[in-house]
Amino acid sequence: MTETQNSAAAEIELQVMWNRLQSVVDEQAQALMHTAFSPIVRESGDISAGVFDVQGRMLAQAVTGTPGHINTMAESVKYFTEYFPPETMAEGDTYLTNDPWLGSGHLNDFVLVQPSFLDGKLVGMVSCTSHLVDLGGLGMGPDGSDVYDEGLLIPPIKLVDAGAMNETLLALIKSNSRAPFQNEGDVYALIACCDVASARLAAMMKELEITSLDRVGAYIFDTSRRITEAAIAEVPDGTYTYTMRVDGYDFEIDMVATMTVEGSKLKVDFGGSSPCSRYGINVPLNYATAYSVFGLRCIFAPEVPNNAGSLGCFEITAPEEGCILNAPRPAPVAQRHILGQIMPDLMYGCLHQAIPDRIPAEGSSCMYDLPLRGGFEMNKGQGATKYAVEVTHNGGTGARPGKDGLSVAAFPSGVYGAQVEITESVAPLLFRRRELRADSGGAGKYRGGLGQNIELESRENQPITLFATVDRVKFPALGRDGGLSGAPGVLRLMHAEQMLNGKGKQEIPAGEVFDFRTPGGGGLGDPKERPAELVAEDVRLGLVSREAAQRDYGVALTPGGEVDAQATQSLRG
Amino acid sequence: MSERKPGRLAVDIGGTFTDVALDLEGRLVTAKTLTTPAQPIEGVLNGIRSVVESAGISPSQIGTIIHGTTLASNALIERKGARTGFITTKGFRDILEIAYERRYDQYDLMIDKPEMLVGRDHCWTVAERMDATGAVISPLDEASLQPVIKEIRVQGIESVAVCLLHSYLNPAHERRVRDLLQAACPEVSVTLSSDVCPEIREYDRACTAIGNAYIKPLMSAYLTGLSGAIEDEGLEASLFIMTSGGGMTTLETAIQAPIRLVESGPSGGAILACQVAEQCGVEKVVAFDMGGTTAKLCLIENYKPHRSRQFEIARAARFIKGSGLPVRIPVIEMIEIGAGGGSIARIDALGRIAVGPDSASSDPGPVCYGKGGTLPTVTDSDLVLGYLDPDNFAEGRFRLDRSGAVNAVAEQIGAPLGFEATVAAYGISQLVDESMANAARVHAAEWGQEVAGGTLIATGGNGPLHASRIANKTGIDRVIIPRSPGVGSAIGFLSAPVSYEIIRSLYCRPSAFDVDAVSQLIADMEAEARGIVRAGARDGELDERRVAFMRYDGQGHELEVAVPTGPVTAETGEVLRRNFEDMYLEMFGRLVPGVDIEIINWAFVAATKSTPPAAASLPTETRDAPPSGEAKVYSRRDEAMITIATFTRADLAVGDRVQGPALIAEAQTTTLVDHGFEAVIDTAENIVITRIG
Repeated sequence: MTETQNSAAAEIELQVMWNRLQSVVDEQAQALMHTAFSPIVRESGDISAGVFDVQGRMLAQAVTGTPGHINTMAESVKYFTEYFPPETMAEGDTYLTNDPWLGSGHLNDFVLVQPSFLDGKLVGMVSCTSHLVDLGGLGMGPDGSDVYDEGLLIPPIKLVDAGAMNETLLALIKSNSRAPFQNEGDVYALIACCDVASARLAAMMKELEITSLDRVGAYIFDTSRRITEAAIAEVPDGTYTYTMRVDGYDFEIDMVATMTVEGSKLKVDFGGSSPCSRYGINVPLNYATAYSVFGLRCIFAPEVPNNAGSLGCFEITAPEEGCILNAPRPAPVAQRHILGQIMPDLMYGCLHQAIPDRIPAEGSSCMYDLPLRGGFEMNKGQGATKYAVEVTHNGGTGARPGKDGLSVAAFPSGVYGAQVEITESVAPLLFRRRELRADSGGAGKYRGGLGQNIELESRENQPITLFATVDRVKFPALGRDGGLSGAPGVLRLMHAEQMLNGKGKQEIPAGEVFDFRTPGGGGLGDPKERPAELVAEDVRLGLVSREAAQRDYGVALTPGGEVDAQATQSLRG
Repeated sequence: MSERKPGRLAVDIGGTFTDVALDLEGRLVTAKTLTTPAQPIEGVLNGIRSVVESAGISPSQIGTIIHGTTLASNALIERKGARTGFITTKGFRDILEIAYERRYDQYDLMIDKPEMLVGRDHCWTVAERMDATGAVISPLDEASLQPVIKEIRVQGIESVAVCLLHSYLNPAHERRVRDLLQAACPEVSVTLSSDVCPEIREYDRACTAIGNAYIKPLMSAYLTGLSGAIEDEGLEASLFIMTSGGGMTTLETAIQAPIRLVESGPSGGAILACQVAEQCGVEKVVAFDMGGTTAKLCLIENYKPHRSRQFEIARAARFIKGSGLPVRIPVIEMIEIGAGGGSIARIDALGRIAVGPDSASSDPGPVCYGKGGTLPTVTDSDLVLGYLDPDNFAEGRFRLDRSGAVNAVAEQIGAPLGFEATVAAYGISQLVDESMANAARVHAAEWGQEVAGGTLIATGGNGPLHASRIANKTGIDRVIIPRSPGVGSAIGFLSAPVSYEIIRSLYCRPSAFDVDAVSQLIADMEAEARGIVRAGARDGELDERRVAFMRYDGQGHELEVAVPTGPVTAETGEVLRRNFEDMYLEMFGRLVPGVDIEIINWAFVAATKSTPPAAASLPTETRDAPPSGEAKVYSRRDEAMITIATFTRADLAVGDRVQGPALIAEAQTTTLVDHGFEAVIDTAENIVITRIG
């Protein structure tokens, strides 16, 4: 068959090709996961893989663990084509950058692009992204005063030149890292992943007897754009502005979005948001866009795969200066995910004004990371084991239209929570408790998901250094439509009854128990409309206390736990 | 094993059919009877009677019965297990709900977590604590168990799972809890996590214990009943039960750890594929089993199936990885996708043809069955394309309704896209074959491999019909269709060894090798595994394998490294490091210097030695077989229906050759030899289909 053939069967083969391209990127992603080193890659699939046409438009992207690479990769390939125009690309080339503003928002994410050839002719490009363990500098913490403090920045550069490895670059990457060999392993894993994708792409084109991806590209872009635009068009035209106040680091931060819907066009601007912080919680616009578009894609035709057509339906902008969601060079950005992960809530605050029936309440959203260290010089104890762990935990998600929120579930990050037995085996820590946090889910007709209570101490009676990087300690996840807020996060020394900050380096003294409570999601709808039997069931299961049932839901229970109908009626009015 | 009785009989209870295969010293007799869900034992006895009769032997000539069943899986899927409780360490009541804190579908805001087999109201805690070295931090407070015992009685709990933190290192507290429970409520069944899954990770271990506890009373009653019924039938045979790891075990072991039986049926198909691979001398194989509802794929290398230690039960979304509860048991690694003959085709939101995972199953079944099905399925499209003979389907038990299938395909798939029925059917076929081919490729990539250039061994009612189309999409050059592919699992059981596999956690580094701890661990595992295998096979040589699961620090993927035989010494650590590096170099092409190596888990497998099958080969002299008829099938190249030759498998003899495109029909399935392929009957009567040109 040839590309000009327009028979019905050839139409079907376009559908087959789309599926095959999706399989190519899935296979590419698997190849990367199989050999990658970084723990976040293996625990959460913090990688991305995509196939592009010769113009750098994304045809397909693997569905992987975290949304941070959605859009960023699609945009980043365009930057590469500026540095390396297609006519200069040679077979066997592979290019690399970790520039936060061209790549994926911080230095640890490496982005590779490889031109793909068929019988000597450039037919497309493949790209992949992965989180590397360490790039030197101050590391992943938010304490750098600019990006140069945060480690080695590599502009778009030839990593492999017509098949020849750039050994100079590799030596630099290794000598600027605390984990040189893991980095080397990850770089090779990324190259191998591109090689797999290029080979599969060529094999597909040979099997289907095509010499260009133009026709399938047009089919993918047109179909995806059409369906996504139709979904946007269902939203009433208008301008919707939402402001969220979040904890920040050195000052409280306003995240402001103005969403304009006009027919099938959806635009968002971040004007009015707070200026940059002096700490590395600033967000490059590409990364703010990634999480914003992820949030929007969950609402608008989520069944359409990510590609230039579906992603191109959303236009995200921000003021050039003085906006923390468009941090300019050389702002510190290592912890850009804290605010980044709140972006879907910001989008939903706008959309709720337009399509209230389809929008969940706010969730805990930002991961509750627990970077802990012990046994280093600042810990004075004798015989202390030296360790550094970064375990991830999460709070509850917001209540959903027609459904309660999910308790202790990663949204939007997708990062796995750690198992206590694993954490205790790699570090001398002892968890006293890890259980659902009663009453943390925001009350509502639909209840917010619950957070969790974690209590831990040193098994060696040594101090523990905590590098806190969490939000929603001062400002909880808000409910909607009369639903109440979820409980905010808590970081506290149990014996001293002393609160700790949500951000920054702090010490948990020897003998203390660290009380770490993740936030609950917001509730949706008036709690008094929640069927009393469901409230009684929540009390029976220990998710809601009797007091909160009475106070927040207006449900009184008999001593046996049954709904006291009369008392409830008088409470609910 | 026992006095010489020639008959070895295998029984596989599936969702629809109970398959029976009898091996009489090389002579094979098979039967397919309907499963009797209310009284599964009935179906088993019917099947046994049927083969005994057609073989013309007396029941007493059967010396061994090997049994595999989906009952355990079904009880989990249909939530028909025991009223189960869960006991864990104080402070950790929500291990199940918290799980890995993740959502299995990134873009779906409305997902539900998998439904727990135990509600929070049946999760209780006892005061006690071990640390990560297995040392006691707080002794078991026996008084704290008393309120739990009271609840167990009040709530009418039938089975209890106990999973205390770090019990994989020190089971003392779990054992004491079991003793106290059994003393207080002797009628309650107890499962300890340290017995069924002595591995690190509290959530996985708890789920494994709960899964076991949930099905234990049911499986115990069933297996005991079956054993009695077989005796009543006049059979004095040793009864063995198939496990998900592809080995068989004794009745007693199966009753104690029924969770190990959950995937035993499909494992039979993989074992058969291994046998055929060895018979034909093909080293790189994809085993492909396509039935009515799903297709299953398994990679086979050097005649051994890929194995895994993780399986998911009770998925919230059947085909989505991560949506179920993990159980850590030895399994043959398979992927299952919603692509079978009954899979329903539809137009998706993007205006594309999508097939499955919804299935018309066997009731009402595809439109062409004429049993009330109205939605077009894969089997309907195969009929429209001309691959199925309406008059000779399912041994002629019923006639397929071709015009019904044509109408359904034309109206529901063709009309919205502007295609006629045959093109729409071609689309259904292309997309379902594409999704199976993609699943095979991506699955292989997960293991760092590729399927191109390998061999496909196809079984199941629909496998032989779709195999060469999938071969075309994956670059596979050869397809083998074994004898009786429709009852592949039962035949596979016949060649399963008596085996048992144990996995334990002991964190260790080759660079700081703890000889005593490793030595003790291996000795314990060896004694336990041998004891269980010897209960089923008193004599004969055993194959034994000791494995360390090793990786570079912090790496995601562990390699299964062979532990040298003989006593563990100070040098063993160094040998393991070398073995790991050799294997790593072979798989990934380069080592990672400067990074330390860690050992996470250890395994010990004991199995009876099985005799390799006699080698099969392609006859040097082949001849064109005479066709038995012809059929009109759709051709993409001609974009029209063309006439091709059809053959009857029973008429084909060793050395017969069939040029594609052609169809080879047999009782339970039809084989398509696609354009560009040629089929030859080999010396073991396999159909071997090879790409030509």
